[in-house]
Amino acid sequence: MLTVSDLSVARGGLPVLDGVSFALGPGEALVLRGPNGSGKTTLLRTLAGLQPPLSGTVEGGEALAYAGHLDGLKSALSVTENLRFWARVFGTGEIGPALAAFDLAGLEDRLAGNLSAGQKRRLGLARLLVTGRAVWALDEPTVSLDAGAVALFAGAVRRHLEGGGAAVIATHIDLGLPEARVLDLGPYKARRPAPGSAEEAFL
Amino acid sequence: MSLWEYANPVKFIRATDRVLPWLAGLAGACLVVGLIWGFFFTPDDFRQGSTVKIIYLHVPSALMAINGWLMMLVASLVWIVRRHHVSALAARAAAPVGAVMTVIALATGAIWGQPMWGTYWAWDPRLTSFLILFLFYLGYIALWAAVENDDTAADLTSILCLVGSVFAVLSRYAVNFWNQGLHQGASLSLDKEENVADVFYLPLLVCMGGFILLFIALVFLRTQTEIRARRMRVLLARERMA
Amino acid sequence: MRALLTRDLALAVRAGGGFGLGLAFFLIVTVLVAFGVGPEAALLSEIAPGILWIGALLACLLSLDRIFALDQEDGSLDLLATAPLPLEGIVTVKALAHWLTTGLPLVLAAPFLGVLLSLPGPGYAWLFLSLLIGTPALSVIGTFGAALTVGLKRGGLLLSLLVLPLYVPTLIFGAEVARRGAAGLTVETPLLLLAGLSFGALALLPFASAAVLRVNLR
Repeated sequence: MLTVSDLSVARGGLPVLDGVSFALGPGEALVLRGPNGSGKTTLLRTLAGLQPPLSGTVEGGEALAYAGHLDGLKSALSVTENLRFWARVFGTGEIGPALAAFDLAGLEDRLAGNLSAGQKRRLGLARLLVTGRAVWALDEPTVSLDAGAVALFAGAVRRHLEGGGAAVIATHIDLGLPEARVLDLGPYKARRPAPGSAEEAFL
Repeated sequence: MSLWEYANPVKFIRATDRVLPWLAGLAGACLVVGLIWGFFFTPDDFRQGSTVKIIYLHVPSALMAINGWLMMLVASLVWIVRRHHVSALAARAAAPVGAVMTVIALATGAIWGQPMWGTYWAWDPRLTSFLILFLFYLGYIALWAAVENDDTAADLTSILCLVGSVFAVLSRYAVNFWNQGLHQGASLSLDKEENVADVFYLPLLVCMGGFILLFIALVFLRTQTEIRARRMRVLLARERMA
Repeated sequence: MRALLTRDLALAVRAGGGFGLGLAFFLIVTVLVAFGVGPEAALLSEIAPGILWIGALLACLLSLDRIFALDQEDGSLDLLATAPLPLEGIVTVKALAHWLTTGLPLVLAAPFLGVLLSLPGPGYAWLFLSLLIGTPALSVIGTFGAALTVGLKRGGLLLSLLVLPLYVPTLIFGAEVARRGAAGLTVETPLLLLAGLSFGALALLPFASAAVLRVNLR
């Protein structure tokens, strides 16, 4: 579903990762590990097509739902309005299951601006369900979630995988997804300027 | 051997280092000869007296003000299509030079206008267009200065240069149109090329050549500086990463 | 697309959306001009078309930086870019939303402010029409400027510096229509040029806006 071959990515014009390759099939999950600044976010943004790779290819990126550090919520809109907007943008109708999966029932008419940080995060993650996309690319999805909400999230990911989906998740904590493969980005750290890159031309 | 080889920063610096002294020397010679010839060895105009001699600064600087922008447009296109870094940096290097040329053209025009038209400034289409061109230069330079990442800045300024060029042309026609409503254009604008006699024309050509060479020399020099500054940033960034 | 448009309109009219700020600004500029040049009706009526056009243009400029900056701050711009909408369509919808919330109210208010500046009788219709045709161009050009400066921390001032020179042709043709109309002259030529400019900008600039937005997102 998602095939990455020999990918090099750059942040702020500097190469951070070099030669990353992996493939994800239906029902598979990949957990990205690595210290701060190791390029997890940059890799995920490249997978989502938000930035071009230095070299290498990403196949299947167009069927990908991305969730970054920010939830993309409008504080002046209610929970349902926020979710329904994304459902309409992605051309799917149902928001009920997404609300239920992240335990947002009862908050439907609350303005997103009045939610707690954890509730906002849950709403941001509920958006993934209304995209109807098969591959999820998640960047630190559990930030500001409590233990119960993390379990809720893990359950949602598992159901997504069981339904034939796939997920790439950058996270530091144990999600309780034993079936997920782990990819440590440490060995892929870019050491020298990639050939043909701006850096090489100027040295 | 293809021209694109000079798109490599190192090769560009090496090649321009060789030609720069000649270029600068030739530019200086042209300017000295042209200006002295123009100022001291041409007759006064029967109508304008000695004030006409400011033409030797005014016309060449105006020429380079417009061609400087054209050069930036070409360099921007080369960056967008072929992504040669030297091209983007050359466009960046040319902008302040072009802006200064525009200021010289405007200032000499004002100084010339005072005795001839009795006013330093009139909203003549030609003058107004140059003022707008100056604003475009300012915006372009400001955008380069505001964006931190070099490649992002190159991309954004190139597209701004493209869009700006279209709007600059539109503005030129709009201003022409706008001015007709106020007064007859001919009374205040004298068409320089037609009025100029041969005695004035030859030194003017030399001066124009001098300004062209000066522009090229300055752009080469500033491009070298930009390349070196960029290399410094790359080295610093690498050091921080290591 | 329609979802995005309705959301942007809803956000604009909700609390903190800034709807109406441009209108208030337009009113204040008009009043200040009267204070600045004096209360003589003859002078005011002569400069009224130009003042109203400049006031509308500045009021339009005021809200440009909100077009993308708000979406970028809360992350929705990234999410929109990964959504199944072409970026060209997104910028067009954004420009349309800006016009509906800023440009259109200005167009509707301009005749009333014309009264304050004793705009001559035949001028009202032409002022209204020229603004109606010209303000979409202002929104589209402004969207390009907003897309250029979306990633910058203090983009506001730079945005004005970049966008105002691009506004020159629109202002010239638009104000010319209003001025000629007020003076009872024929307005056909500037009106056609203004319409051509508006349609041209509408057709071509979204591609440039989408291109710079793509650069700024990465």
